[in-house]
Amino acid sequence: MSKTIMEHSEASEVFNRDEPYVDWHDETLWFVRQKRDKSSKLLPEWEELRETASQIKNYVLSELDELLVQFEQKAKENGVHVHWAANAAEHNEIVLNLLKQHGITAMVKSKSMLTEECHMNEFLSKNGIDVIDTDLGERIVQLRKEPPSHIVLPAIHLKKKDIGDLFHEHLGTEAGATDPQYLAEAARQHLRDKFMTRRAALTGVNFAVADTGAFVVATNEGNADMGAHLADIHIASMGFEKIIPKQEHLGVFLRLLARSATGQPVTAYNSHFKKPREGQEMHIIIVDNGRTTQLGRADFRNSLKCIRCGACMNTCPVYRRSGGHSYHNAVAGPIGSILAPNLDMTKYADLPFASTLCGSCSNVCPVKIDIHDQLYKWRQVLAKGGHVPQTKGIGIRAMSMVLSQPRFYQWSGRLGRSVMRTVPFMVNNSLNPWYKQRDMPEPPKESFRDWYVRNRKE
Amino acid sequence: MQTREEMLRKIRLNKPERTSLPANIRFDSQYEDTESKFVETLTAIYTEVVIVKNWEELAVKAGELYEGVVNKATTIPELNNWADFSLNVADPHELEMIEILILKAEFGVAENGAVWISDNYLPHRVLPFITQNLALAIPRSAIVNNMHDAYERLTDTTGWGCFIAGPSKTADIEQSLVVGAHGARSMVIFLVEEA
Repeated sequence: MSKTIMEHSEASEVFNRDEPYVDWHDETLWFVRQKRDKSSKLLPEWEELRETASQIKNYVLSELDELLVQFEQKAKENGVHVHWAANAAEHNEIVLNLLKQHGITAMVKSKSMLTEECHMNEFLSKNGIDVIDTDLGERIVQLRKEPPSHIVLPAIHLKKKDIGDLFHEHLGTEAGATDPQYLAEAARQHLRDKFMTRRAALTGVNFAVADTGAFVVATNEGNADMGAHLADIHIASMGFEKIIPKQEHLGVFLRLLARSATGQPVTAYNSHFKKPREGQEMHIIIVDNGRTTQLGRADFRNSLKCIRCGACMNTCPVYRRSGGHSYHNAVAGPIGSILAPNLDMTKYADLPFASTLCGSCSNVCPVKIDIHDQLYKWRQVLAKGGHVPQTKGIGIRAMSMVLSQPRFYQWSGRLGRSVMRTVPFMVNNSLNPWYKQRDMPEPPKESFRDWYVRNRKE
Repeated sequence: MQTREEMLRKIRLNKPERTSLPANIRFDSQYEDTESKFVETLTAIYTEVVIVKNWEELAVKAGELYEGVVNKATTIPELNNWADFSLNVADPHELEMIEILILKAEFGVAENGAVWISDNYLPHRVLPFITQNLALAIPRSAIVNNMHDAYERLTDTTGWGCFIAGPSKTADIEQSLVVGAHGARSMVIFLVEEA
């Protein structure tokens, strides 16, 4: 990531300097959310599907060990090599060693948030391996030397012009070109060449099926398949929570995934890999990297049910107006904010506070994760653990003092209202964090309490 | 091996109490006419559907649709005269030249326009992706309602298979849809009556 990590609030402040840009970002993601709504409403059983998916995932968490062992056995019977990695470093070593064994120095990769989480590209590049991201959005951010800003739409923070300039520099497209068709075609030609010449391909895993040993990879571009079917060696990396019990459960999840993500009825390619093709080697790496710890936290383990659709990001008023990079974590948005503190409470203490707790994320989640409740609970855990900055602590203590003394509360409310009316500059200034990027509301003439007391008397 | 044991040990220690799987995982949003729903869905995802009586008629249609195109390949014996590119290659990289490919596939799904194809139908797995343009032919009677029905029907035990819905696409440049990302630039589905 960046050299010095800015907290979410600081990074959002930078993001919000360009108002038309923020409006555009906000509207673009809201449009995706609306597509999701339209698409989900076409299925009368949508809510039952969500409930079913949630129950299947609950079962998965409760039987994880057995399902993983069953999956491993089936996969081995299918001729697939299975590796286990306790953390990012072990995962990255396994990949490097496999490539070394085959004397391979260049690899194509399709979308895998897990490898982002493990900072695999950086590690491999330091060890002399050239990794090319093949999803168009991921290739764009890779050329810009920045991480994806969204798990499904990696380059959603960029405008056509940014991509035009980038491709002009790296792919030799015409200067000033911004036509998406033309730019995508240039990327197609550029990446075809990579597909044709790379001997190793790494893909993520959307679902791993315990009863068949197969894993499913979904893409719209076809890049996972182009890579995997041409390479001598296919490596698939999965967080262990990707396991589902039976093939028929895919029926539930594939109906939910794309509709939740982009509003499509299903992704263009839903590839079921079971056995390597003749002469090919297939490897699966099952990764922990903090997941067993999260599993042990009763309040937060549900976050492991996530199927990475991104719906919670598209709907989140904070994400839409602060951008994915301000979360300084591989997975941004509401779900990222409940996953990240598990990895490092100090580094990610700011994220559970990057929310209004409006609950929209929980309402759209296809596997019914209680995201906003978890954001709230993380705040308690982080404050108790001393991970919350002093200033926030002072503010919260002051608020608790006011709120616990009714008479003082009434007096300060009256004082606040009169200050906002008579001397508005006292609050409408840059010292008040609530004034940043927004106007203070018109203060009401009286509080609800005053109104209630008056009307009760009458 | 040590890592594996340690991961499993931690999972056993930390996992929640056992819950049960939902008894019902099927839902009955049925379509009165699966074929018209299938066509409607595919049209929305940039795919043309062509109904033909038999393989011979398919060959005629293919001649019309792809007139003047070179590097045409197929897995359908009745189309051998139409094709000019042999799939009998050892190295799948050689398939890069294919301009249009017509493949037999197994069945379609009305609700999302996906078609199942697998090792059973393919000499090379990369074929449906590497070709510039793709057409899949399924029996006209082989259209199921939704993904639940699809998996019930799926008894495929081959090593690889895929539900393909429409041509390859991307919206990664400012959410503008571009058809033809890495895979097929266009897609046609043939429904064959006497297949």
